[in-house]
Amino acid sequence: MKDTHLIRVRVNGREHELAVESRRTLADMLRHDLGYTGTHLGCEHGICGACTVLVDGAPARACLMFGVQADGQDVATVEGLADGEDLSDLQQAFSDRHGLQCGFCTPGFLMLAEGYLAELQAGRGDGGEPSEQQIREVVAANLCRCTGYQGIVEAVLETARRRQAMEMP
Amino acid sequence: MKPAPFSYYRTRSVPETVARLAELGDGAKILAGGQSLVPMMNFRLARPDALVDVTRIPGLEYLRAGPDGLRIGALTRHRTVELCRDPVVLDGFGLLPRAARWIGHYPIRARGTFGGSIAHADPAAEWCLLAVLLEANVVLAGPAGARTVPVSDFFEGFYTTTAEPDEMITELHFPRAARHAALTEFAQRQGDFAVVAAAVSVDLGVAGPPRPGAACRSVRVVLGGVGPLPFVVDTGALGGQPAAAATWRAAGELAAAQIDPPADGHGGPAYRRRLAATLVERALTEAAAAP
Amino acid sequence: MTWVGAPVPRTQDRRMLLGRGKFTGDLARTGTLHAAFVRSPFAAAALGSIDTSAALALPGVAAAFTAADLGDPALLAVLERPEFVPTPLPLLAIGQVRHVGEPVAVVLAEDPYTAEDAIELVGVDWSPQPVVASLAAAVAPDAARVHQQAPGNCLVDLTMFDDERLDGVFAAAPAVVTATVGSGRLAALPMEGRACLAEWDERDQQVVMHVSTQVPHQVRSAVAQAFGVPEHRVRVIAPDVGGGFGLKCVAGREEVALAGIAMRLRRPVRWVEDRQENLTASFHGHEQRYQVRAAFGPDGRILGLAAEVDCDVGAYSAFPFTCAVEPLMAVTELPGIYKVPAYRARGRAIATHKAPTAPYRGVSRPQLVLVMERVMEKAARELGLDPLAVRRRNMISPGEFPYTSCNGITYDEGSYAESLDLAEKRVTESGWPGERDRLRAGGQLAGIGYSCFSERTAYGTPTMSQRRMRMTPGYDTASVRMDPSGEVIVTTGTCGHGQGHETTFAQIVADRLGVHPGQVRLRQGDTDLASYGWGTWGSRSIVIGGGAARRAADGVAAQLRQVAARLLEANAADIELAGGAARVRGDASASVPLGELARIVHFQAHRLPEGLRYGLEARETFDPPGTFSNACHAVLVAIDPGTGEIRLRRYLVVEDCGVVINPVIVDGQVRGGVTQGVAAALLEQVRYDPDGQPGSATLMDYLAPTAAEICPIEVVHLETPSAFSETGAKGMGEGGTIGAPAAVLSAVNDALRDARPGAEIDHIPVCPWDIHAALFAPEPLAERSAG
Repeated sequence: MKDTHLIRVRVNGREHELAVESRRTLADMLRHDLGYTGTHLGCEHGICGACTVLVDGAPARACLMFGVQADGQDVATVEGLADGEDLSDLQQAFSDRHGLQCGFCTPGFLMLAEGYLAELQAGRGDGGEPSEQQIREVVAANLCRCTGYQGIVEAVLETARRRQAMEMP
Repeated sequence: MKPAPFSYYRTRSVPETVARLAELGDGAKILAGGQSLVPMMNFRLARPDALVDVTRIPGLEYLRAGPDGLRIGALTRHRTVELCRDPVVLDGFGLLPRAARWIGHYPIRARGTFGGSIAHADPAAEWCLLAVLLEANVVLAGPAGARTVPVSDFFEGFYTTTAEPDEMITELHFPRAARHAALTEFAQRQGDFAVVAAAVSVDLGVAGPPRPGAACRSVRVVLGGVGPLPFVVDTGALGGQPAAAATWRAAGELAAAQIDPPADGHGGPAYRRRLAATLVERALTEAAAAP
Repeated sequence: MTWVGAPVPRTQDRRMLLGRGKFTGDLARTGTLHAAFVRSPFAAAALGSIDTSAALALPGVAAAFTAADLGDPALLAVLERPEFVPTPLPLLAIGQVRHVGEPVAVVLAEDPYTAEDAIELVGVDWSPQPVVASLAAAVAPDAARVHQQAPGNCLVDLTMFDDERLDGVFAAAPAVVTATVGSGRLAALPMEGRACLAEWDERDQQVVMHVSTQVPHQVRSAVAQAFGVPEHRVRVIAPDVGGGFGLKCVAGREEVALAGIAMRLRRPVRWVEDRQENLTASFHGHEQRYQVRAAFGPDGRILGLAAEVDCDVGAYSAFPFTCAVEPLMAVTELPGIYKVPAYRARGRAIATHKAPTAPYRGVSRPQLVLVMERVMEKAARELGLDPLAVRRRNMISPGEFPYTSCNGITYDEGSYAESLDLAEKRVTESGWPGERDRLRAGGQLAGIGYSCFSERTAYGTPTMSQRRMRMTPGYDTASVRMDPSGEVIVTTGTCGHGQGHETTFAQIVADRLGVHPGQVRLRQGDTDLASYGWGTWGSRSIVIGGGAARRAADGVAAQLRQVAARLLEANAADIELAGGAARVRGDASASVPLGELARIVHFQAHRLPEGLRYGLEARETFDPPGTFSNACHAVLVAIDPGTGEIRLRRYLVVEDCGVVINPVIVDGQVRGGVTQGVAAALLEQVRYDPDGQPGSATLMDYLAPTAAEICPIEVVHLETPSAFSETGAKGMGEGGTIGAPAAVLSAVNDALRDARPGAEIDHIPVCPWDIHAALFAPEPLAERSAG
């Protein structure tokens, strides 16, 4: 007898209502029940970060959450970053800086960075412009096997600076 | 790597949680941040029959500093501690936000909880070490009401505690401030579990860095990664010694001589002893220099 | 202006950034069954009965298979040499398991959770047997045999070179250095594990497989051979592939088994490898031990080299390369860029009860470069010479190309000396020596290291045939056709998986046809679309696949020129294709858009003479002998003597891959490669205990580097075009990984020597406890092999 729960979850602003078995991870629920296959699974034990999404604005490994836990919450995935067909500033920076090769880890890095950048904008954290070293430490949460990280670090740093500059009066 | 089946319950209050745990029996586990439990479930190394999700219980996310010390709600996220800039907390407990940076990575810290880390009882975990270093009390709620357990009576061994299956941690209480305290650790990769971690405090009698010729009244050193429990180094020999580099070095050697660390893929006993000596010396140097 | 050489943005970025990539695990089919494999918990055991009845009784379970149920299918990779012992790779174990994680049965269920529940219910009668889990254990007298047909567990024993003068050379040499160099076992670790979706197409009477692979055609051949069906009954499609690094250039037993199951069940079946399977039950590589002796003259000139190379290849030969790929490459290419007058080398593939091996990025070159660079440094110290001077004295120098070495290999033009000169100059000008001295003065250990090497790339059949593989790879075929709207479709048998081939192939073809790269679409990774090809590995795709595409594009260009000449009433030889038009050279008014030419050829064929009608299309093959790119790496490391932590401070690569097609992509390949090489040098190791139990089954234990362990990597290019390549480009996908371990180890030893004379480490990975032992052990650390 499966332990199944009826839940409501908002993904990228869109409401979904579905029945989900309690053991189903948020990642599998997003990918296979709701069709958000941009969230990838790379290790299923919380190390690689490929499945990182935002839950109520904070980054979370979607392999370490059960779908049922997202009941009533807001989930943001890579599919919601762009404005229609226009890449977001962060996405564009990843392309400009060659921050991806095979692209499998990319959604996780984008969501990790979005979580961090949102924190910066909210004035939490240490304040001020982040250093390359700080960005490296944040980006170290996820694994990429292709790029050597240089383009990823540059893209996040560039976006952080650009967004901070835009906020200047 | 998909978890075995379980039933899921979400509770809205501490009494409801305790009642639910009592009803479900030994096979139930509390689910908070899930950053340690869920990986073990995905490997099917942990197979609880039921999970009780406590993350929606209101009112358990706080850091409150007062005359009787610092109280941290069990559902307080690591990241909340890390980003805490409350001057009352920072005055005397600045060690905690600094130490939080050593916990895993940013997304882990954004989700993992203080109480969950204490309940998980990993002997190398930062909060477990600091709880032992600062002689914290664990506040538990159970069917018979609340009880407070000194942390020295709480940890039993690797991942085991004296909490009953129908008890829930609600709060950690740090009774005494520690101005001159530090935590440092080493792992080959940033964010990994510490191969060895050292948490230290030194009592200089006054605030601020030690003046030339000052002595330390006492030194406390707790090590992680060297055994099944946070290891409290016998530092009696250091009381009254000068608050100076030679003492910190001696403390490191003292620690290294007292431990019998394990061998695994992250280093053998001789190396871990050397690491302990280094980290204790560095942590004490940092602790003494704290404002 | 040409598109080749321009930093054209990558086509695939957009869909990946939008979360619209399509990886195998993302594909959905109605009624899909999910496979989970029952795997051996023992490194060696006889298999008794397998009872799947309880699993089949679980609600949601549709089927279960053992080897016998599928007809005992196996893959056989063969090297046609008497010294080679073939070891069939059963898709599911037949009577015997030889490593932890070996699949013995498969269960198919309606969802992957239920499938994992079900495999716990399969009862297997195991009889554990003695285990050999290391090179030392495998070659010990009376060692248990991994395969009965392989005494001494030796699957290959080749003495490829044996210069009879060598003993005399050693006897007379002023200096002889010896070294034992070991390298740890590695996992390629693509972020997407292996995956397969197999389904039966009733209309085409064909099993259609979406596979995360680098080699679609070889997977097709594997299925055809394992199940005895014609190749056209199998279609293999590689959708977006999340990295491979060699792990996916062999056929996996699971994906081949799934094809058989789909043919049997006539239902879509899917398997997505999890990380635990990936680390313990896929393929490893790079676990090698070298024992070398080298004779030197007083001036530092190498006089002779003798080497014994043992490779721990695990339990089986992977298809189609065989387990000989590591020892063969090691003994063939060991001399590298150095002029070795007399050479002897023996290479062995030793079987152990561990997961099998595949050609992981660099194959044996990270090790053999490490060995030669250690030898050069040891000789320099022995003779009191500068290590860079000893390298310069021995490397193939300008004016000596093409150079045929003692190993019979001819090296095409490279910039071995120039790249070292430039690297040394930049290191000095950028202040590395001062930084090193400051670090030392501050209580740290610090060192600067170099490595000099070449990378043999793009081996075609002329070279590959020397290995004598039953399936000899090398050539590739491309077709180029222009559609009626004037846009271009290219097909290739290569199969990019992150290298940006959609962009680089388009750049190559666009230049030949005078169109924009955005008008060129690459179709790859589909066995029904492309001619038989050999996929993407061995730094071959741009040289071989790109070369074939360029040839085919030239064929279409010739057709376009003839049609244009007809319409413009000019000579075809006077027509140039540029800017999307065909025009008469020197006559700005005589021009016709390519789209107009394409329209006429397709829709107004009757206006053209017979020979120019019916399409704009060409198909060409390229099969080169191979070409050598080269590089010099330099690295500055700092070592914390208290923790043994080794940190990169600076990293420089002076790189020469001939004509650079796309500098952004080349730099990315170099940086990613360096990161994997640094990981091999400092962090990663697949560990087994003496019972063959894996000690690195998670990413908490297998330490792939994060951004925090890597520093910015500066890349500088030299361009020495290859005469053996259509485009002048040389392959470069592996060089970063090849050069990094030697450079890092040189730097570490530079740091150690300064702190404790005599301290030296000759193995990788160098772990913090190795530093501790080197600095503090009673005797300076003796050489030890990794393990």
